[in-house]
Amino acid sequence: MRFTLKKDKSGVVIVGVEGQLIVGNRQELKQKVLDALEEGSRKFIIDFSKTGYIDSSGLGVLVSLSKKIREQGGELRLAGLNADLQTLFELTKLDTLFAITRTAEEALAAF
Amino acid sequence: MSLRLDVTPDSMRLDVPSDLGMVGDAVELVASHLPPGTLSPRRISFNLRTALAEALGNAIRYGTGEDPARVVRVRVELGRDYVRIYVIDDGRGFDASRLPDPTLPHNLEHEQGRGLFVMRHLVDDVAFNEKGNGICLTLRAG
Repeated sequence: MRFTLKKDKSGVVIVGVEGQLIVGNRQELKQKVLDALEEGSRKFIIDFSKTGYIDSSGLGVLVSLSKKIREQGGELRLAGLNADLQTLFELTKLDTLFAITRTAEEALAAF
Repeated sequence: MSLRLDVTPDSMRLDVPSDLGMVGDAVELVASHLPPGTLSPRRISFNLRTALAEALGNAIRYGTGEDPARVVRVRVELGRDYVRIYVIDDGRGFDASRLPDPTLPHNLEHEQGRGLFVMRHLVDDVAFNEKGNGICLTLRAG
């Protein structure tokens, strides 16, 4: 399990989630994103192309981060969901809450 | 803290300390010791892992209050055409019938309240013991 953060030349923060996003590590992701938000970043992509599974706590932290980023005038986009993760977002109807693209590159182009 | 999994041909037993940081390792330990053939690799890698992480997370947060002195018990029954996972804590239990629908528009932006909903969609059967402090997840072959 690992989170990676990199900033695109246009200032978009791309967060990679390797392994899983679950109750045991969600706070680490949340803090990393909130730190970047505090430092002035406003556009975020979370890339799940290397993610195996996400539990409801992981989903919850995405909802929370999305709200906090929007409150600061920013936007959070999600990318790289595999078929199972896409289904998870659809059945929880969270696909209606987030802008989801197939790849991080597509998310980047859409900003 | 380390985890010790006891494995027999038809069962597994694991006691998980009440520490949310142990959930990922516990899930991996159980998932990686399932005998091949009963469940597809995809159902193990997604459905089982997600549902078990949910059940353990709930038991640790709400059942044992993240008290490191307490443990959550995981018992796995390995049938010819099913895997049944029991996750039991020593807490007071809860009433699963009183949980709101997390997909209703006014609940969508809530951070919590999706765990049981997710589990019910990922496994074939979810059952609770009478006290509400034990959950049984059944995944059938096929």
